[in-house]
Amino acid sequence: MKKSVFLGALTMAGLAAGAAMAQDSSTLAAVKERGMLKCGVNPGTPGFAAPDANGKFVGFDVDVCRAVAAAVLGDSEAVEYTPLTSAVRFTALASGEVDMLARNTTWTFSRDVDLKNTFVGVNYYDGQGFMVPKDLGVSSAKELSGATVCIETGTTTELNLADYFRVNNMDYEPVPVESFTEAQTQFLAGACDVYTTDASALAASRASFEDPDAYVVLPEIISKEPLGPLVRHGDDAWGDIVRWSLNAMIAAEEYGVTSANAAEMANGTDNPEINRLLGVSGELGAMLGLENDWALNILTQVGNYGESFEKNIGENTPVALARGLNAQWTEGGLIYSPPFR
Amino acid sequence: MTTAPDPQQDGFRLSQLIYDTRYRSITIQVIALIAFMAIAAFLVRNTIINLSNLGKDIDFGFLFNRAAYDINQQLIPYSSDSTHLRATIVGLLNTLLVAILGCILATIIGVIAGVLRLSKNWLTARIMTFYVESFRNIPVLLWILAFMAVLSEALPTPRAFRGENPEASMWLFDSIAVTNRGTYIPAPVWGSGSAFVVITFLLSILAIWAFGKYAMRRFESTGQMLPTFWIKLAIFFVPSLIVFFLLGRPIGLSMPELKGFNFGGGLHMRNSMLALWLALSFYTGAFIAEIVRSGILAISRGQTEAAFALGLRPSRTMNLVILPQAMRVIIPPLISQYLNLTKNSSLALAVGYMDLRSTLGGTTLNTTGRELESMLLMMAIYLVVSLLISTGMNVYNKSVKLKER
Repeated sequence: MKKSVFLGALTMAGLAAGAAMAQDSSTLAAVKERGMLKCGVNPGTPGFAAPDANGKFVGFDVDVCRAVAAAVLGDSEAVEYTPLTSAVRFTALASGEVDMLARNTTWTFSRDVDLKNTFVGVNYYDGQGFMVPKDLGVSSAKELSGATVCIETGTTTELNLADYFRVNNMDYEPVPVESFTEAQTQFLAGACDVYTTDASALAASRASFEDPDAYVVLPEIISKEPLGPLVRHGDDAWGDIVRWSLNAMIAAEEYGVTSANAAEMANGTDNPEINRLLGVSGELGAMLGLENDWALNILTQVGNYGESFEKNIGENTPVALARGLNAQWTEGGLIYSPPFR
Repeated sequence: MTTAPDPQQDGFRLSQLIYDTRYRSITIQVIALIAFMAIAAFLVRNTIINLSNLGKDIDFGFLFNRAAYDINQQLIPYSSDSTHLRATIVGLLNTLLVAILGCILATIIGVIAGVLRLSKNWLTARIMTFYVESFRNIPVLLWILAFMAVLSEALPTPRAFRGENPEASMWLFDSIAVTNRGTYIPAPVWGSGSAFVVITFLLSILAIWAFGKYAMRRFESTGQMLPTFWIKLAIFFVPSLIVFFLLGRPIGLSMPELKGFNFGGGLHMRNSMLALWLALSFYTGAFIAEIVRSGILAISRGQTEAAFALGLRPSRTMNLVILPQAMRVIIPPLISQYLNLTKNSSLALAVGYMDLRSTLGGTTLNTTGRELESMLLMMAIYLVVSLLISTGMNVYNKSVKLKER
């Protein structure tokens, strides 16, 4: 029997090996041939990535996928969304199941270096916060010693939480939950006192509660969570395309190019930077291996960074996030695109 | 006289490997094995090369790095400064805890339900049929989630116990608090000298076993029966209690009480564990009930009739005649149910129970990004645990098997 177990295990190892096929060399060529961009997104964070009433994914992160599709294929709708849990996202990217990940993923050293990913930029500067029911009477995270905390497993927030309570000499009881929705259920049922995750997600989640005013987000932000899109190591040309698609949205806001006036500006403007961005002059598109109207497609079909922000998570949406750190650098924020030149 | 030619004595020739039936089957097996090993080696090598091309070499070094995350239920001391290896062991112990508790409860539920399903009482039999069919035919993951939902939605929060006129109150002289974060029960506090009490208790268990043997021998030789139940009960309690009071009550109780956000003190049985434990036990119990029923039905009716003819009461007939024989039918399929329960416990993550799958295969895998290593290690651990369980149960099976003389 021992031998049969051993042989069976070998067979399974063999099958697993067969499934791990070699990657094709150029992601760009693969996407063009497929006519479809495969993008990994969050299964459901309102405002960032969630299916709308028609089952179509919409949101701030989804717009990054749409921008890349518009740049590469000229059609922002040519995206196949793969909802990924935090547990499987890197595996899905590494195995080639998705071409890119736009799934509120924190840029960290080990994820960048050890997991062989390339983070191409930051589309949202976030930080970890705490939400508590108002009638708990807590006004600072420092008062949370002994609390029961709902936390999504396998995220950087879990590690930040452990560090924060340790450094401040407080104990807590972690209640690990597998998903965002499960966390909400547990929190609303009172199975935990505190729900902690990125502040943006807390705001999104609070917005979806029946009685948002009964809950407060505590002022402490205990970590830096720069969220951004990423691609796998080994295809720098593809990484460049995703990076500059995001930068095009950011730069467009800075120069005042919007979905409404982009087509008009594409006839030529006084600003040479806008002209290069929109492909009026220069060969930036060709350098990326794309058509020269790549950025124009992004802006007419998706809009610039500020438009996407206001439409999905801005102050007039249920998520109601202020620009804060995510304002343009010219307005005191951190959002900054390198020059298009 | 004609003599038959002597069988060839000049030894072994290579062609015999194919043409001689004595060797042929071995030859084929050896060739098949070599071919199989070659294919397997090729595939393993292929995996390793492909992984290193992806920049992912197989390396278990991450197990010795700082884990940096917390685990709520720890059977051995653990903090976020411990290594991933220790987190794995904490997870494994949690898996084993729920598996052992589950196997015990599932067996109890299964035996009761299986016997009652054969009851002549129409209502009892139907209720048990309903239980068995509803639990067997709904996926266990749904049962786990359902138990968890009931526990966290229906039970009061710790805050409900607060105030002058609390909405909820504790049970059994304020010693048990049932909340939607778990059940808090009094926990023993081991003072100095408590070891003697424990040793006395273990010795009295041994004494009960020895007394049972003695009573049986006496019964077989003289036919006289002792009131074993009462004597055993006395041995169980009296010596331990005497030592307990002589040493000045070294074992105290820590009672759960409201402290800050939660109950403090006492033993905290988390809802995640309760939900997983109950769901696995009821689910597996339904299968065990069917196994027990089939085992009992496998014993021919004549056995019961013969026992009745000898004047045995129905309860004794069951205990002395039917069950010992039924055990032989019950044990082998029972082993696979125990294995199923152990493996199904890996669904723990659904309710946030920190088992092996949630530590090694969850947070460790996620934070280190070592999917293949974590998965292989986890598979190896489950394999070893399952093989150990089935070895242990097979030993027990041998002891109840029909002894052929």
